[in-house]
Amino acid sequence: MRTLRGIGASRGVAIGPAFRFREVDLNFDRRTVENPEHEWERLEDALEEARRQLIALQGKAGRSAGDQEAALFGAHAEMLEDPELLNVVRESVSEDRLNAEAAFSDAIESYARALESLESEYMRARAADVRDVGQRVLRILLDHRQSPTEDLKHPSIILARDLTPSDTMLLDRSLVLGFCTAEGGATSHTAILARGLGLPAIVGAGRDVLTISDGETLVLDGTAGTVLVAPDDETIAEYEQRRERTAGALKSAREKAREPAVTRDGRQVEVVANIGNVKEARDAIEAGAEGVGLLRTEFLYLERDRLPSEEEQYEAYRAVTDVFGNLPVVLRTLDIGGDKQLPYLDLSHEMNPFLGVRAIRLCLARPSLFRPQLRAALRAGAGRNLKIMFPMVAEVSEIREARGMLEECRAELMEEGRTVADGVQVGIMVEVPAAALMARHLAAEVDFFSIGTNDLTQYTMAADRTNAGVASLVSGFQPAVLRLVRDTIAAAHDQGKWVGLCGELGGEPLAIPILLGLDLDEFSMAPSAIPLAKQIIRQLSLDETKRVAQEALGLDSAQAVRELIRDRVPAADAR
Amino acid sequence: MPETILTVHHEVGLHARPASLLVQTAKKFDADIQVCYGGRRANAKSILNVLSLGAEQGAEIAICANGVQADEALEALKRLVESNFEVQE
Repeated sequence: MRTLRGIGASRGVAIGPAFRFREVDLNFDRRTVENPEHEWERLEDALEEARRQLIALQGKAGRSAGDQEAALFGAHAEMLEDPELLNVVRESVSEDRLNAEAAFSDAIESYARALESLESEYMRARAADVRDVGQRVLRILLDHRQSPTEDLKHPSIILARDLTPSDTMLLDRSLVLGFCTAEGGATSHTAILARGLGLPAIVGAGRDVLTISDGETLVLDGTAGTVLVAPDDETIAEYEQRRERTAGALKSAREKAREPAVTRDGRQVEVVANIGNVKEARDAIEAGAEGVGLLRTEFLYLERDRLPSEEEQYEAYRAVTDVFGNLPVVLRTLDIGGDKQLPYLDLSHEMNPFLGVRAIRLCLARPSLFRPQLRAALRAGAGRNLKIMFPMVAEVSEIREARGMLEECRAELMEEGRTVADGVQVGIMVEVPAAALMARHLAAEVDFFSIGTNDLTQYTMAADRTNAGVASLVSGFQPAVLRLVRDTIAAAHDQGKWVGLCGELGGEPLAIPILLGLDLDEFSMAPSAIPLAKQIIRQLSLDETKRVAQEALGLDSAQAVRELIRDRVPAADAR
Repeated sequence: MPETILTVHHEVGLHARPASLLVQTAKKFDADIQVCYGGRRANAKSILNVLSLGAEQGAEIAICANGVQADEALEALKRLVESNFEVQE
């Protein structure tokens, strides 16, 4: 038995055969042809086939993955018909008598290079699109009609170097038990897809992943971030038991999901959801969410080619709040930059994007980007329980400036005779260590805090959360992070302000006793984590968790904190 | 040959959606249409060519057309660019 380690990107255990997602070899010979007309016909057939594939993908994406992915395939189809591209290719075939493969890939490569030379993020993405189109046509010309997943016939664990949106569209999702990739971080496409599907996944497990043979039995533990290759029967039985136990606990938790989360000694906390669109809003209600602790708004901006209008945003926010009625919904303003880029904004290339002009910094620097969002939020909040939250605040002046802009937008809207929300609560994400350390001053300026432990951890530990090499440092259980959480909550409570937490840590079973013991008011997490979190809270008592939390904060490592909780609070051990 | 000089005010320049709208509009007309910028010339019906111009916000572009529908094409493209890519035919 071999054990590989990576980043646990999506929780749960999968047991089953390995399936390698193969990239096709696209090497070809360069040659002159006898009959250019015939060669051109061959190319036209391939282009026609590529167009059919793209239209089919566009339709499929529209049904299952969303309009943005569909638009991407539409843009690829448009490139296939580009008259200048086809002119260049036609010339090399008819004049230079080049074979179709060489003629087409030369033309693609020259356009890709021309676009890359313009040196913007946007143009690099378009260059990648051009090459993607080129590979599709080459695959057809070389008669690799077989898709990389054609042999996937039985439920399997998918192994790959990394998966692109194009790749994952090819997978029959009913045959996927889990994912394990050699590259990629916790925010890679594979990781996000797996969490969305509720399937276990490990990313960044290294090149050894690609040495596993097809059909080999694997145990993939997305919670621990380990893959066991060819485990013995005893190990498999152990994991199967664990999987059943977890499934059983989850089933009973789901039955009670809509009941409140009250501790044994009568303390009720709010359990709410992190969501990013209307579909997730419905899932959240289904899972027992008592509102939304984090409404990500990036979905309106990502994977498209222009800014959403105020009206589009208004409609989208309204659609989400409609699902929740009077329950609270905390809208986070645009958090872009870092690992999330918007090609059409043409953001300047930064050496350290996580430390650069991202989130509130970008929004304050570009009022034309920020104001339509603030206006849309104020309008959508009318008659609803909508709260507004600013991400990445590091100092007091940023809140004052953002609040100032919000008030200007409100005045403007009233002057235009629009209905706007009044008495909207305004809060900030506490995710920069400086904000946690200065929480006392910041609390005076806001109505609430929401602690973003993902970024707070990476900034406190100085460890990039997308880099597999430092994954062991990036844990919310680090005592340094927990101490900042404690101080943030205490500072807010001293001034009568409430505190939520919306990082991954909030839905982490082992973290729940600590956070409860630190007096957290609101737990926000992925909808799928809600039933279990509520169930765990119901089994705890506030008194007991206060003592455990105190003890945990005195320990010297993340590992020791986890062990303490496992040992002292078995109810939170959801392995 | 009729020609018109226009300024691109859109904040993303002649990329993304503006570029795509320009190409779609150009394709509707029976005319050879060229966009010139920075000493380079692009076929207005080719998305790859138009993108390769790299025209940013504030760029002055010249559009010229030749053919049966040259005048109508220029008129439509002018409306598109001057409306900041809001008005489509």
